[in-house]
Amino acid sequence: MTPMFSHIPADQRPTLEIFVDGQSVQARRGDTVAAALLASGLDVRRDSAVSGVPRLPYCMMGVCFECLVTINGVGNRQGCLIPVEPGMQVEIQRGKRELGK
Amino acid sequence: MSVLHSDSYDLVVVGAGPAGIAAAAAAAAAGASTLLLDENAGPGGQVWRGLTTTPLTNREMLGKDYWDGEAELGKLRASGAEVIHRATVWSIDPSLQVGVSHGGSSRIVQARKIVVATGAMERPFPIPGWTLPGVMTAGAAQTMLKSSGLVPSEPTVIAGQGPLFWLLAGQILRMGGRIDVMLDTTPKGQLAAALPKAFGFLTTPYFRKGLKMLAEVRSKVRIVKHVTRIEAHGEGQLDRVTWETAGGKRGEMASRLLLLHQGVVPNVNLAMSVGAAHDWDKQQLCWRPRLDEDGQSTVPGLYIAGDGAGIGGVGVALARGRVAAHAALTAMGRKAPASGLSAARAELAKANRGREFLDLLYKPAEQFRIPEGDTIVCRCEEVRARDILSAVEIGASGPNQLKAYLRTGMGPCQGRLCGLTVTELMAKARGTTPEQIGYYRLRAPVKPLMLSELADLPQEPAAVKAVVR
Repeated sequence: MTPMFSHIPADQRPTLEIFVDGQSVQARRGDTVAAALLASGLDVRRDSAVSGVPRLPYCMMGVCFECLVTINGVGNRQGCLIPVEPGMQVEIQRGKRELGK
Repeated sequence: MSVLHSDSYDLVVVGAGPAGIAAAAAAAAAGASTLLLDENAGPGGQVWRGLTTTPLTNREMLGKDYWDGEAELGKLRASGAEVIHRATVWSIDPSLQVGVSHGGSSRIVQARKIVVATGAMERPFPIPGWTLPGVMTAGAAQTMLKSSGLVPSEPTVIAGQGPLFWLLAGQILRMGGRIDVMLDTTPKGQLAAALPKAFGFLTTPYFRKGLKMLAEVRSKVRIVKHVTRIEAHGEGQLDRVTWETAGGKRGEMASRLLLLHQGVVPNVNLAMSVGAAHDWDKQQLCWRPRLDEDGQSTVPGLYIAGDGAGIGGVGVALARGRVAAHAALTAMGRKAPASGLSAARAELAKANRGREFLDLLYKPAEQFRIPEGDTIVCRCEEVRARDILSAVEIGASGPNQLKAYLRTGMGPCQGRLCGLTVTELMAKARGTTPEQIGYYRLRAPVKPLMLSELADLPQEPAAVKAVVR
């Protein structure tokens, strides 16, 4: 899917590799996980915990919790507040959070 | 969490936006031990987001107002304040103990005085379909633009009103991003209503800047005025936006992205959880903390500065930060420069000019604040307007009782995205005022926290004795 947002040409930051549900994604250094996901072109919609409907980030500033994502095995992290790091394992959340994550 | 240099500070400041930066810099420069805690990866808050890391290094792109942040940040760095980013404050109690999480572990820090500078958030904009992927806030788009150089590149609609509505559009266009149509929801006749208050605004630098910005955007994008209804449509993804104007004209646009904005409101969660009293602001239609002239709340020693003290913008935020810091220093009996407090108070009075005009001009319309029918109010628990009206009919008296009926405000956002809507909706349904209806009772932790972090906190022997027999 074509992403809704594109990097402007002036953005020349180096890239780094993260993994989204095991798939390699080139993110830009300094991006938050949520921004990297939105720019990736992958289907990164999570399923809501109550009725399982698809959601994407809404506020990107830490208040709406729509960007909740599993990062390096820890669930319900706010993707919009956490910068990407090389090798980061990101999992899109499907429905309610599983016990132990 | 080993990054902290101490367990106690003269002043703890929460939030590194303009108010927090100004407060911490002023206090530390005057010799107070000062800790500034911020949830984000770098300083700047929302208005100066990405100040040290933005890929938009061409200074024309974000403009002078943005880069003015560097001077304030420079003062902070020179002041000797301890600054910690990605540090989430999840609790403050009335004895001014601060619970903070950083890097997966938590600590309790004792403050003599606290400045809460947690800023504003965008007012909820509950329209049909606002939970669809592809519907975001204008602020979200601006965050992506400033910190990641990302601009909309697919069919995009921007809807709403207020200074940020125009500013964002101008920035997106200047950077080659895409906007197909702007839906201006400013109600008909509101400019005339605001004009008697325009004098103060005319004397601020924002007047000329505002006109220039409006002209730039209007020359490039189709603008639909007096929009009274907006709906987002799509199956699991936004694909179409429809609207209606005060004149009864309907329109629609195929689009992948809908950016919503109808002003900002104080982000009250942390201050309310400490027990600081808040009053309903009839003009700005939101809660604002009850403060003395120097920003001290009803909790002794707890000051609130910046847009969290009532929306005023960056100039007011800086001034309020300095006023609060100087007042806190004076209250601690520190020998602050005598001119500090009076200079900061004068700065604040000047910065406040013109606000009333903007508040009146951009007062959001009732139909965009108080939704009906199937429109979702609580995004987390997926509660609709009609559910809330039914609960009111069978006796729900206020937001806290409503939680027991419907779980509104009990999801991960802790009411941030539904609280104002629930208060206004219940007030209207019960024929009373938001003040009478009240707000959610907020409690720590105000941000999600792993149980292991709580369990690992150092414990006082007395606390252990109280529960272990």
